[in-house]
Amino acid sequence: MNLAVLLDHLPAAPEMILLAGACAVMIVDLYVKSERRTLSLALAQVVLAACALTTVVVLALSGGSKYYLFHGLFIADFMSHVLKLACYLAAWAALVYSRQWLLDRGLLRGEFITLLLFALLGMMVMISASSFLTVYLGLELMSLCLYAMVALNRDSVASTEAAMKYFVLGALSSGLLLYGMSMIYGATGTLDIPQVARAVAKLSASASDRSFLVFGLVFVVAGLAFKVGVVPFHMWIPDVYHGAPTPVTLVISAGPKLAAFAMAIRLLVNGLPALAADWQQMLALLALASMALGNIVAIAQSNLKRMLAYSAIGHMGFMLLGLLSGVVDGNTRNAVDAYTAALFYALVYAIMSVGAFGMLLYLSRAGFDCENLEDMRGLNRRSPWTAFLMLLVMFSLTGVPPTAGFYAKLAVISAAVSAGYLWLAVAAVMFSLVGAFYYLRVVKLMYFDDPVDTTPLERRIGFGALLSANSLSLLLFGILPQPLMAVCFAAIIAL
Amino acid sequence: MLLSLAIWVPIAAGLLALAAGERNSRWVALAGAIAGFLVTIPLYTGFDAQNSGFQFQINLSWIPQFNIHYHLGVDGISLLFVLLNSFITILVVVAGWTVVESRVAQYNAAFLVMSGLLNGVFAALDAVLFYVFFEATLIPMFIIIGVWGGPNRVYAAVKFFLYTLFGSLLMLVALLYLYQKSGGSFAIVDWHKLPLELEAQKWLFFGFLFAFAVKVPMWPVHTWLPDAHTEAPTGGSVVLAAILLKLGAYGLVRFSLPMFPDAARELAWLMIALSLVAIAYIGLVTLVQTDMKRLIAYSSVSHMGFVTLGFFLFNAYGVEGGLVQMISHGFVSAALFLCIGVMYDRMHSRQISDYGGVVNTMPRFASLMMLFAMANAGLPATSGFVGEFMVIMGAMKVNFWVAAVAATTLIWGAAYTLWMYKRVIFGAVANDKVASLKDLNPRELIVLSALAAAVLFMGVYPLPFTEVMHASVNELLRHMAIPKI
Repeated sequence: MNLAVLLDHLPAAPEMILLAGACAVMIVDLYVKSERRTLSLALAQVVLAACALTTVVVLALSGGSKYYLFHGLFIADFMSHVLKLACYLAAWAALVYSRQWLLDRGLLRGEFITLLLFALLGMMVMISASSFLTVYLGLELMSLCLYAMVALNRDSVASTEAAMKYFVLGALSSGLLLYGMSMIYGATGTLDIPQVARAVAKLSASASDRSFLVFGLVFVVAGLAFKVGVVPFHMWIPDVYHGAPTPVTLVISAGPKLAAFAMAIRLLVNGLPALAADWQQMLALLALASMALGNIVAIAQSNLKRMLAYSAIGHMGFMLLGLLSGVVDGNTRNAVDAYTAALFYALVYAIMSVGAFGMLLYLSRAGFDCENLEDMRGLNRRSPWTAFLMLLVMFSLTGVPPTAGFYAKLAVISAAVSAGYLWLAVAAVMFSLVGAFYYLRVVKLMYFDDPVDTTPLERRIGFGALLSANSLSLLLFGILPQPLMAVCFAAIIAL
Repeated sequence: MLLSLAIWVPIAAGLLALAAGERNSRWVALAGAIAGFLVTIPLYTGFDAQNSGFQFQINLSWIPQFNIHYHLGVDGISLLFVLLNSFITILVVVAGWTVVESRVAQYNAAFLVMSGLLNGVFAALDAVLFYVFFEATLIPMFIIIGVWGGPNRVYAAVKFFLYTLFGSLLMLVALLYLYQKSGGSFAIVDWHKLPLELEAQKWLFFGFLFAFAVKVPMWPVHTWLPDAHTEAPTGGSVVLAAILLKLGAYGLVRFSLPMFPDAARELAWLMIALSLVAIAYIGLVTLVQTDMKRLIAYSSVSHMGFVTLGFFLFNAYGVEGGLVQMISHGFVSAALFLCIGVMYDRMHSRQISDYGGVVNTMPRFASLMMLFAMANAGLPATSGFVGEFMVIMGAMKVNFWVAAVAATTLIWGAAYTLWMYKRVIFGAVANDKVASLKDLNPRELIVLSALAAAVLFMGVYPLPFTEVMHASVNELLRHMAIPKI
């Protein structure tokens, strides 16, 4: 292999580094005796940093142009770089946030770190997939790692049950997705996404071919909906979020959502734009049902992890608002703004979600898991700064300015309004009003009530600093959202 | 630049007060509030009253993606509210000086941050900027009611938040619709010129009306107000009554009237009817209140009915009267809530029946409160008279019966305010607690005297207040006279 070949594959360098790094972590960890796993954790962070650096270099060198690698199986474009960087950050936060929690419970084993890195690799492959085959490969790599991570605490009945449920439903959804893909493959004769797009554009003119394609599309959308976690394919979310150890919930709630978003863009926007009228209709129903169910059922939860699970369902419904507003009567004038809005929403949601679950980990200690609403009681008296950080996350989830969550909502609702879905926009704001109630309840417990549990919070400098940065970024992006929006815009326009 | 200072000086001071710690936060907050007021004075002195347009403008690109600008400016309509707000903030900080004992730094910070945000609402000329400030004020107010409020504070805080959020979210959809219609502009001035069909105007009018009617509050969406007022700490009630209620009415003049003039004209009957219900029916409801704060809260609803009535008469008397009434109500209701706060701090009761004969032990307080009660009843030579008189004159030009119903407020206002005053202040000393009351301390005296001076000055010589409005109000009416369809 000469240098030129190596350079040709530079856009896939982050994946290669991560693969090598994950293997290295796996092997090194076998020789680590210490309970604290300092070496493995440090190595994992070095690998993440190396990936991030390479991605930035690739981004700087490619300047937003597209590269197809491995005979069109793999695509490196601006959006993939942006989403990958977000995934590294989420994985890094997961490592930093979960360390003490796992250590206290004797769960800080090499498996967690290795599986996390391999799951990340799966996400990256999904994000950069340019063929149905790569999409599926990445999806399965990610999912299998996540199933195992949910069962990390194998003595916990709740965890193993959640893992089983996740696995069975996940396998079913993968089956649906494959079935849909095979239908489309049957109609178009190719797995390559750009070629599929061209073939579908030709085929969809005839009614009989179109109905065949739409039949396949239904299964693709169902499989996607499972992975994104929207109604009526949401059943696994509350149980898995609740049953999984909190660090794993944190992992599941951020990166995989971004990867699923990328999958939706690759399959629907890149692959099947000719069927937009059909899948937009499906997504509209999914979005409406998710916003309704997610926000209403969350009110009834007393467990914060479950509440955030339902909130995630609602938020993914909002994110779909952007995806479904791209094409109006075959006109794609609106598309860039709409998909930008969805991407922005997904990124902001990932920040909020990592912040919220990070807070749960921060408030937990040996022998105590902070996961009930009651545990937030009187936090302002125990630690005003921590309460303020959580307040930011909650108001951002509600979508109250000046937090980033507001602009996320503004962007997707604006997309829906300009696509003419006024009724959907009104429904969306009404359900976000419903959502405000349970987020406010958390603020109420923190600020208005007196603490029951008065144990002083442990001081963890690194964790605290990263968590502060995490929450404050919501305020920062709330006051100056332009940089992030511009990045999203550049990512979508380069698609 | 000045407007930016008016917004950011209080916010920065609030953050400093938070950092200064419990002990020093009061002085930091006071310094911040005074500085915040001082930077608004050049706005008044440098204001060109002949110019109907926006002055002291600053226009920077903020979110180019959505063509959102950091665009500030004041005209004759909004100028006085910036001043009023900055003035009231000082009084609130002073009034809470010794009363608030727990989490003082957070208390002062919340008020100062809110003061800055409120200035932002009045100065914003970009719809999203307006919305951001409008909504952001909910957060500090929610915390203020919930943390330092009365026994039922949680219910009141959540009700306040959800009610107002409901209204603003519908407004958000309306804003986004206008953004599309105008071809991608959020500039309020552009929207003023945007032609719209009557049907669209009506929908948008209602979209905005939900947000503003809840804030005003208009009957029948006023029910959050008595709860919020009753449970809020004194400072919270003052800001709520003096400034937050003005946001809704201000929104009507800034958005609804100039943007949807035809819909406003079509639906004026509805708005006038709702206003008259607020004036007359809520006036009667006020009469039977047994809790002083609730009584003043209901009287606020009734007085704000005058404001909305004035706006939908579409003549200069009505609109200016409404604006004057807003300023006057800012002084009078703030003063009355402070008076109740003074008594509550000593007696820990807001029930009228627990009081009686306060004049015997607190003569100075009784005489000041007398003035505010008179102003609330709309007695000539107080600020309360000017606005109500102008609105009734305006109503008389439109329809005799509207004016007649509106004028009943002079009866109801006098009845509920003076009757409460009589029961609380006059008569024999009701109980030992009243007998042991101490008169105003210097701090309270300063706060109430400042408001008393404002009320009297505005009642005797309202020209400084009205002269800055003329040009802008006339321009508004001229603009509204041209159909946009």
